[in-house]
Amino acid sequence: MNILVIAEHNNQQLSSATYNTITAALQLGSTDIHLLVAGHECAPVAQQAVKINGVSTVLVADFSAYQHFLAENIAPLIRDIAQTHYSHILAPASTNGKDVLPRAAALLDIEPISEITSIISANTFTRPIYAGNAIATVTTNAPIIAMTVRGTAFDSALTSEENVATIETISIQHDKQLSSFVNEALSLADRPDLGSAKVVISGGRGMQNGENFALLEKIADKLDAAIGASRAAVDAGYVANDLQVGQTGKIVAPDLYIAVGISGAIQHLAGMKDSKIIVAINKDEEAPIFQIADYGLVGDLFEILPEIEQRL
Amino acid sequence: MKILVAVKRVVDYNVKVRVNADNSGIDLANTKMSINPFCEIAVEEALRLKEKGLADEVIVVSIGSRKCEEQLRYAMALGADRGILLETDSTPSSLYCAKLLSKMVEKENPGLIILGKQSIDSDNNQTGQILAGLCGIAQGTFASELTIEGGQAIVTREVDSGLQTLSLTLPAVITTDLRLNEPRYAKLPQIMKAKKKPLETLSAETLVAPFAPQVTTQRVDAPTQRKAGSKVANVEELINKLKNEAKVIS
Repeated sequence: MNILVIAEHNNQQLSSATYNTITAALQLGSTDIHLLVAGHECAPVAQQAVKINGVSTVLVADFSAYQHFLAENIAPLIRDIAQTHYSHILAPASTNGKDVLPRAAALLDIEPISEITSIISANTFTRPIYAGNAIATVTTNAPIIAMTVRGTAFDSALTSEENVATIETISIQHDKQLSSFVNEALSLADRPDLGSAKVVISGGRGMQNGENFALLEKIADKLDAAIGASRAAVDAGYVANDLQVGQTGKIVAPDLYIAVGISGAIQHLAGMKDSKIIVAINKDEEAPIFQIADYGLVGDLFEILPEIEQRL
Repeated sequence: MKILVAVKRVVDYNVKVRVNADNSGIDLANTKMSINPFCEIAVEEALRLKEKGLADEVIVVSIGSRKCEEQLRYAMALGADRGILLETDSTPSSLYCAKLLSKMVEKENPGLIILGKQSIDSDNNQTGQILAGLCGIAQGTFASELTIEGGQAIVTREVDSGLQTLSLTLPAVITTDLRLNEPRYAKLPQIMKAKKKPLETLSAETLVAPFAPQVTTQRVDAPTQRKAGSKVANVEELINKLKNEAKVIS
């Protein structure tokens, strides 16, 4: 059983979700896991990839048209590689993975499976549906099984000091010229990544405005935490979209999740309810967030937050 | 330019869904059904492009039972010009839906095809990408901003690291994210008017021969419930518990 894992990276660094996806590949029982690093001037990524335990080969496709991971060019590359001898294609269920993998599946004429959260056998998986209000067990008889993997549902793969995999250069080049990169507005945060942080502190509509998120940042500094937000806070323009935690935003499962001024809409809970410990701070004691919180504190967040910061 | 918009009939987003007794799916008896919220945003975006003079016609297409006419009529009440129902009694897979929609793209030759990024029932987030792949055209997924300039679609996408802007050759597939727009409401006169708009019904099976789905659902379970913990009286108690009971901070 050969498994192809699609690496996610920014040509410098592998994303943490890639390591989780490799653990999923290992759980499928494969001893031959190949990691595809498609990008441009992405040698640093390949150097990280060869140190991941369980990966036997790192396939490097270094080509200018792969720089921004545009689905129109990456999907045919995946198709060409996958149809040689792979039983499974796995990609992180990130915005990149969700963009590219279904298109690659279309080119292979197979039905992909989105965002699996557990592996029951090599062709049977669970995945959340209805915003996490139900869990479906699905099975597939597709000739190649293409799926995206929810990172928080699998541990991160371990790495070695030494190289464990060999690098193989892929010379397939697709430049369909259907799309081009214009620009990006990346959130430059010197904080841990929201998807993989051990502690996340999120603000909701109760924060009242974007400036007040500084109160969360002070606590995040002390706990080395990532900052998150509810959809309501993002829709209201308090913070950028990439901070949104929820079914349609990021799925997180840190050791400690602190929800501040968040009522707890189902949509939000779907994105954080697998956190180990949940703390809710809200002035409304009837807020649904308290129904899933391990520790609830009812009160005015503008008094509570400075006190927490002071006591940490 | 024509714009083709796909709309799906789903459980209304306000309904609290329950797994049925034999764990075969969700109990949908007597449940309120609506247009998928992401599809509603897709309809709205198409209408705004038409209102800006960038499109001539907005065509809405749905796949499913005859009941999907309700969602097509609703989209026409919002302002879509005509509707097409691709009728089938089966539950079509994303791949089958995308193949049906690709036939509509061939037939109608639209400049843009707009879909919701995912439906709130199956949460697959794949039909738009599969459609773009089958048609061999550009895709702009998870769009939060869309403009048409010089024969290109300029689309800003909500990605994990922030926002990314791409330029796409037309025709292109766009899938909508939540912040692309806020959909309008249908007003009564328009609801009446929509009843007279053309709605064509075609047999899905005649358009694309059905094939056995590759991915099948074995069972559906309710998620494990998280139990509520306890309330703490003050910040001091909270920090004490996090340190000594939960041991998640030091």
